[in-house]
Amino acid sequence: MTDEAESGGSAPAANAGYDEWLDALAAEEGYALVCPEGHGSLPPRRVCPECGASDLSEEPLPAEGTVETYTVVHVPSPRFSDDAPYVTAVAQFGPVRLTGVVREVDGDGGVDVDGDAIEVGSAVEAGVGERETDGGRIVVFRPMET
Amino acid sequence: MTEVRVAGVGLTRFGSHPERTGRDLFAEAADRAFADAGVDRDDAEELNYGNFMGALAEHQGHQAPLMAEAAGVRCPATRYESACASAGVAVREAVRTVAAGDADVVLAGGMERMTNLDTGGATEGLAIAADDLFEVRAGVTFPGAYALMARAYFEAHGGSREDLAHVAAKNHENALPNEYAQFRSEVSVEEALDSPPVAEPLHLFDACPITDGASALVLVSAEYAAENDLDASVAVTGTGQGTDRMALADRADLAATPAAVDAATAAYDAAGIGPADVDLAEVHDCFTIAEVLAIEALGFAEPGEGIAAARDGYTTADGDLPVNLSGGLKAKGHPVGATGGSQIAELTRLLRGDHPNSEHVPDAEVAVAHNAGGTVASAVVHVLEVAE
Ligand SMILES: [Zn+2]
Repeated sequence: MTDEAESGGSAPAANAGYDEWLDALAAEEGYALVCPEGHGSLPPRRVCPECGASDLSEEPLPAEGTVETYTVVHVPSPRFSDDAPYVTAVAQFGPVRLTGVVREVDGDGGVDVDGDAIEVGSAVEAGVGERETDGGRIVVFRPMET
Repeated sequence: MTEVRVAGVGLTRFGSHPERTGRDLFAEAADRAFADAGVDRDDAEELNYGNFMGALAEHQGHQAPLMAEAAGVRCPATRYESACASAGVAVREAVRTVAAGDADVVLAGGMERMTNLDTGGATEGLAIAADDLFEVRAGVTFPGAYALMARAYFEAHGGSREDLAHVAAKNHENALPNEYAQFRSEVSVEEALDSPPVAEPLHLFDACPITDGASALVLVSAEYAAENDLDASVAVTGTGQGTDRMALADRADLAATPAAVDAATAAYDAAGIGPADVDLAEVHDCFTIAEVLAIEALGFAEPGEGIAAARDGYTTADGDLPVNLSGGLKAKGHPVGATGGSQIAELTRLLRGDHPNSEHVPDAEVAVAHNAGGTVASAVVHVLEVAE
């Protein structure tokens, strides 16, 4: 499962709710929690952070998201020391935005090191990959053919 | 409500002091504040102390009693933590305590020790102000988060790295005469543009440095100031705080900071002023884009227009509304848990006329301090006015 504890960080080895969500995303069954008002959020949640509603349902994430902003990180934290430079992006997937690392831009698992593979508005799909530094699981975005 | 006065202010020199302990840094700032105030430290009834990452940097939790000892006060002492707004919230609670009549004298401020960590350690320490599960694990660093906001701003409103470089150049120029500033060196727009990338589109000179330092304020009631014949001419007339969703991705607008709007609205209402009444401001420019977002949230510029304020000279030392005459976080430095207190210390001296940059604001009567935590999930705004 997750392996944050092996990274030398202080994060616990398991985060119920989050870990299951990441498992689902890895299985291409990613979901958002949605309240009756249509507000999206990510687990674990007991109430909608926007309106307080407690009636939250799991709704499948759309296959395609849209990049809203991104950055090319050159100075990483230790958990990403062997990954830098890398691209982190924020993309809208239906009722939620996800934050992830852009990957597989050249079709062979390569990493986008200069941000040329995407721009704001690009279509991406979300999945789960590993940090090069320590193998920790991370949300990744893959540019889609358009 | 009791009127709150700033009786005295104290800072350490901001900079790189990797060998100095946190307790020594705060002791120096507190000592200066009591001396500046002419207040006996035995009169302090509370200590409100801000600190963010002391557990990582010094392996030291429970810092408030330690800092009470260091400052030589024996009174209830509490540590406040709101990331880079830690001292802002500590000061705000001190203001509320005095205003409510619960104490006549409160020592407030903060300390951060950072340069004893290596760059990776400091980067990791700062990143914990973001959502660990959904942001930090996806590679978001502190500069990276503001870079995401900068690109979103450019997409929404236009603007360029050159506009941001003007913010850096302005704040470095302001820091030149400030004896407490970390960087007292000019940076040209060209040098800022040519500096290496940290998290594109932000480069090294878009970012504040890693800094050690402490700030302290002696806040008193107007009655106490009068009874003790203190020279306490600056009043804190408004305080406000705002909170937003923790993760940047969960904000409706990636290029705006509504928590700071909420904080400013509350502070302005309490003071009975509006943004047009403000003569100068210290804002939380941890990155150049942060100053742009701050002046828009404070109502000094319309959304999308703050990007041009430094380039057009509106916020320069001789502009209509000087912003960050101290040098800001960018050049003065950013010991994160001390910054909110240092902003009020700088503004107090600017209003009193004993700051090296007071000559730029000789008739100023109203000043605003804006202190932010994380990607402005926390914001604190204070209004200072010349009371007499
Ligand atoms: Zn809702």
